[in-house]
Amino acid sequence: MTVVGAVLYALIGGGALLCLVRLVRGPSLLDRVVATDTLLVIISAGLAVHVALVRDPTLVPVLVVVSLLAFVGSVSVARYVGGMLLRSRTGDGRDLGLPVAAEVEEGRS
Amino acid sequence: MTALADVVAFACLLAGALLCLTAGLGLVRFPDVLSRMHAGTKPQVLGVLLVMVGAAIRLDGWANAWMLLLVAAFQLLTAPVSAHLISRVAYRRRHVRRDLLLVDELGTPGHQDDAHRGDEPGDAPPEHPAVRPAG
Repeated sequence: MTVVGAVLYALIGGGALLCLVRLVRGPSLLDRVVATDTLLVIISAGLAVHVALVRDPTLVPVLVVVSLLAFVGSVSVARYVGGMLLRSRTGDGRDLGLPVAAEVEEGRS
Repeated sequence: MTALADVVAFACLLAGALLCLTAGLGLVRFPDVLSRMHAGTKPQVLGVLLVMVGAAIRLDGWANAWMLLLVAAFQLLTAPVSAHLISRVAYRRRHVRRDLLLVDELGTPGHQDDAHRGDEPGDAPPEHPAVRPAG
């Protein structure tokens, strides 16, 4: 029982850590939006695992709220980002990302 | 009976948690926005569904089961919408590794729309294709 709980938390924590890695490293803003969306869904899965392990239904309404918030956040940020990003003029798929200010800090062109 | 239900519930929880880890792995390993979005939404939805099934088996009472079913239905409804929005912005803003695409059906001349690219904010100045420098 406790072993299964530890394995479950380890798997979900590993997934959340990998999402955080992509959130930090992601070259463009859309990568970060995708990583944030996935991170919130993984957090709600972790809450559900906690609910199932301790058989405590208190957190179940929180799951509904978190799943809806993940959707609203990612959709609104994606709509907002659509007007900000520079178009690549080379056409080979290189990511130009944001206008200068945000990208200079990362050392990418 | 309860032991069997627990075994089924823990199997569902383990599979769901493994799919969460898979989503994180794909998010780190994949090369561009479209494939990362693919990794972040599709295994993720199945993982959340499995975790919800496991939690609904573990919890007693129909009220909690219905609420978990509501979460699963929200996930099924909202994941395609957000994935579609993100991939549309990524495609229109050329955040796609075109050298990795096998088929680009939107790249054919019939689908090029220079005037209405969409997704500009409402207060953006109008952008005319004739004025834009050639690129």
